[in-house]
Amino acid sequence: MPFIPHTPADIAAMLQRIGAPDTDTLFDEVPAELRCPPLQLPPALNEMAVTRLMRERAGAKPGGLCFIGAGAYEHHIPAAVWEIASRGEFLTAYTPYQAEASQGTLQVLYEFQTMMAGLTGMDAANASMYDGASALAEAALMAVRANEGKGRKLLIPTSVHPHYRQVVHTLTRYQGIEVIEIPFDPVEGRVLPGTLTQYRGRGVAALIVPQPNFFGILEEADELTDWAKQEGALVIGLVNPVTLGLLAPPGAWGDGGADIACGEGQPLGAPLASGGPYFGFLCCRQELLRQMPGRIVGRTVDAAGNPGFILTLQAREQHIRRSRATSNICTNQGIMTIAAAIHLSLLGPEGLARVAAACHANTLALTSQLLEIPGVTRIFTGPGFHEVALRLPKPSRPVLAQLARLGIQGGYRLEEHYPKLSRGILACATETRTQADIDHYAATLTWVLNVKEG
Amino acid sequence: MTTIFDASRPGRVNLQHAPEAPPVTTLPTRFLRATPPPLPRVSELQVVRHFTRLSQHNFSVDTHFYPLGSCTMKYNPRVCHTLASLPGFLDRHPLASEESGQGVLRTLYELQEMLKEIAGMQAVSLVPMAGAQGEFAGVAMIRAYHLARGDDQRTEMLIPDAAHGTNPATAAICGFTVREIPTNAQGDVDLDALAAAAGPRTAGLMLTNPSTLGVFERRILRMASIIHDAGGLLYYDGANLNAVAGRVRPGDMGFDAVHFNVHKTFATPHGGGGPGAGPVGVGERLAPHLPVPVVGRRLLDNGSEWFFQMTQQDLPDSIGPLAAFAGNVGVLIRAYIYLRMIGADGLRRVADFATLNANYLMARLAAAGFTVAFPERRATHEFIISLQFEATNFGVTALDFAKRLLDYDCYAPTIYFPALIPESMLIEPTETESRETLDHFAEAMIAIRQEAQNDPQRLRTAPHAVPVPGKGPGRLDATRAARKPDLIWKEHIVS
Repeated sequence: MPFIPHTPADIAAMLQRIGAPDTDTLFDEVPAELRCPPLQLPPALNEMAVTRLMRERAGAKPGGLCFIGAGAYEHHIPAAVWEIASRGEFLTAYTPYQAEASQGTLQVLYEFQTMMAGLTGMDAANASMYDGASALAEAALMAVRANEGKGRKLLIPTSVHPHYRQVVHTLTRYQGIEVIEIPFDPVEGRVLPGTLTQYRGRGVAALIVPQPNFFGILEEADELTDWAKQEGALVIGLVNPVTLGLLAPPGAWGDGGADIACGEGQPLGAPLASGGPYFGFLCCRQELLRQMPGRIVGRTVDAAGNPGFILTLQAREQHIRRSRATSNICTNQGIMTIAAAIHLSLLGPEGLARVAAACHANTLALTSQLLEIPGVTRIFTGPGFHEVALRLPKPSRPVLAQLARLGIQGGYRLEEHYPKLSRGILACATETRTQADIDHYAATLTWVLNVKEG
Repeated sequence: MTTIFDASRPGRVNLQHAPEAPPVTTLPTRFLRATPPPLPRVSELQVVRHFTRLSQHNFSVDTHFYPLGSCTMKYNPRVCHTLASLPGFLDRHPLASEESGQGVLRTLYELQEMLKEIAGMQAVSLVPMAGAQGEFAGVAMIRAYHLARGDDQRTEMLIPDAAHGTNPATAAICGFTVREIPTNAQGDVDLDALAAAAGPRTAGLMLTNPSTLGVFERRILRMASIIHDAGGLLYYDGANLNAVAGRVRPGDMGFDAVHFNVHKTFATPHGGGGPGAGPVGVGERLAPHLPVPVVGRRLLDNGSEWFFQMTQQDLPDSIGPLAAFAGNVGVLIRAYIYLRMIGADGLRRVADFATLNANYLMARLAAAGFTVAFPERRATHEFIISLQFEATNFGVTALDFAKRLLDYDCYAPTIYFPALIPESMLIEPTETESRETLDHFAEAMIAIRQEAQNDPQRLRTAPHAVPVPGKGPGRLDATRAARKPDLIWKEHIVS
């Protein structure tokens, strides 16, 4: 029997000890009318057969060369990251409730928290949320809780990832929070701080500042932060952790810094994997610590003064506080954060800065080469970091489909969520794209755009 | 104890994982950070050695018996991890063309179909990223259902007092008031109290069956009619599905929504705290409200199948998306592989042997004189003992037993949950453990009780032999950790 070790002699002896004639008897408290007939599931496969099946599935149609970012980025993942993170001691452990038997996981999480707090310039970090979108929703709820006296309005620019805005809506809608979408400037592709004056004195609890924003454009984070602070609103920085190798951390924005920083951790060691598992990160200033949801690891000592690590501040959590908890989250994305801690250790500060710089340089190179194609234009004038919004001379859907057939995932179709950005695509070139890849994309796009219809 | 930051030295540079890049000169300095990020500067060997060493300071299913009640720490077949890690699965961007995703979408579609059959439900969404998010989806759908009918008076969610903490937390997040329903002395929900609570304000009932008390809720059909007659819906917390999968289906019990914990029932690794996945299944009434994306299938003119993701445009009454993309796809692929390997017979064996193991261990401990919480009941896949007698007579607590078990190479069962039972220990051996392992655990418990009588201090100061005998740390001070939070390493900034 796969994965079940019992011999016939074991079964007989165990039933005898229980005092039951057979296994069916163990279910005698289940009402007879509830017992179901055999399930209709596909026949069982052995390991050899399932290996063959899954190899076929995995290899059905490889995606080709990827120039899509839009919230998930192809980065080089050092071999050691998953060699170590996949060790059974990490992979098959539970949430570290018994601290003394879980020091490995706990210490890695403490080191992970340190790295994320350091990257974002915050005082504390939790041990992860599910992904960037749900982390943003939890950050929003946290900010409104912490700023209860101020009001329940949340400002979210439409330059935030459209999927994230939808998730924030799903996860906050039953908690009496008013989510107000604020427009970006159609020329610069970012929020103009001057346009926020209409929200002055209207009970704004928090402002979300994406940096870089969905279009890869850098927002005026300092000015936006200062505006929010004057309004008594909290600032939530939504950031890409790789770009923080170079960009100013939310903790250093404006005069006082952001209050909460969150984002998608995927760029730190998580494969693209059709969407997950990734992990969300959530960091904050000391004053907001007890409003932060999720697991948090702390350092403490034993009776002899030896240091060790333990889950702490659990009075915030659902298993203690039940209906008054900060969130219902318990299991988060543990193994992904272990991979991220290893990934960041292997890169170090210089390595992370280099990856960020290479993404920036490659995207600039991609931009200038694609702009040489007649009819391709840049949509926004604001300063870009590692993603670019381009307008094509032809409808984007067939062009992207044709590129995909030719082995190039050419970008994200902006009309999907921004109807006004017609013929627009969002493209990026991370450090994994070479000059030859970029040449190949430019040549293929030129060819696709020149093919006569019909 | 040494952290990775202690190994950091200024000037130690490891750049082989980052290509050379020109400095960023085009951006105004106000956008750039003033100092490098405070990450460790260490060599690759230092990284590998440090984190490998830390892994050895963990108990895990791969190394230890892990009878953590309610958590189903069973063997996670290695092949599921290996195959889900094939480059074809790992390298695909979530927004890549649908054509490039046919293999993974077919896999997810078939998983949806299998979960429908296992739960007796009409439709499934795989997107929730953990059981708690599945709970959110289920309860949010119940709310959306009532509101869509213009029934906005249903503000209460009924929850048994023994429920997981996530149940009341979820109900509150969805804007409901929690109304607790007491449990009777036999471990069943108090039916009179349930009937008295149900009414026009009732949105629904959240229930785990088998319950968190390790017994099957025998009068579930009666409970379902009480709730349905009052106009409410039933939500099934799938935490304990491992105990009955293939024998009883939530849909047949009268539930309208269910979440699955793929880690618990379908053997995906828990990862020291995730990632999990919490697919939700629903009956006809809630199907329009499923979270998106849902994987759909259509037949092409040439007779072949095409798989695609349905979005909010296809399901306008959906509660919306819960994730940036499609959820924890890699975890779902692992669950699919596991189900394909065991099939229907294997799934039934899971329930059978999980139940056999729990009842055997309960019988052994009862025979040795331990107090079983519900001795006249069958255990399901787990059972509770109370160490109140030991606490009163020997002055040792369930916590002391738990810590001392670590010295006997057993991870500790869940303690102090459910809180209804004093000094409780919730023990879940799972189906993948051998009789020898169960016997070792029983003998360890007997030996520890002997120690409790002869040398209680030995228990109160346990553990003594983890992770490395004599090197500690010993029992850690949880109060100090919460009172003076030390959450990040401070002295490491070496730039």
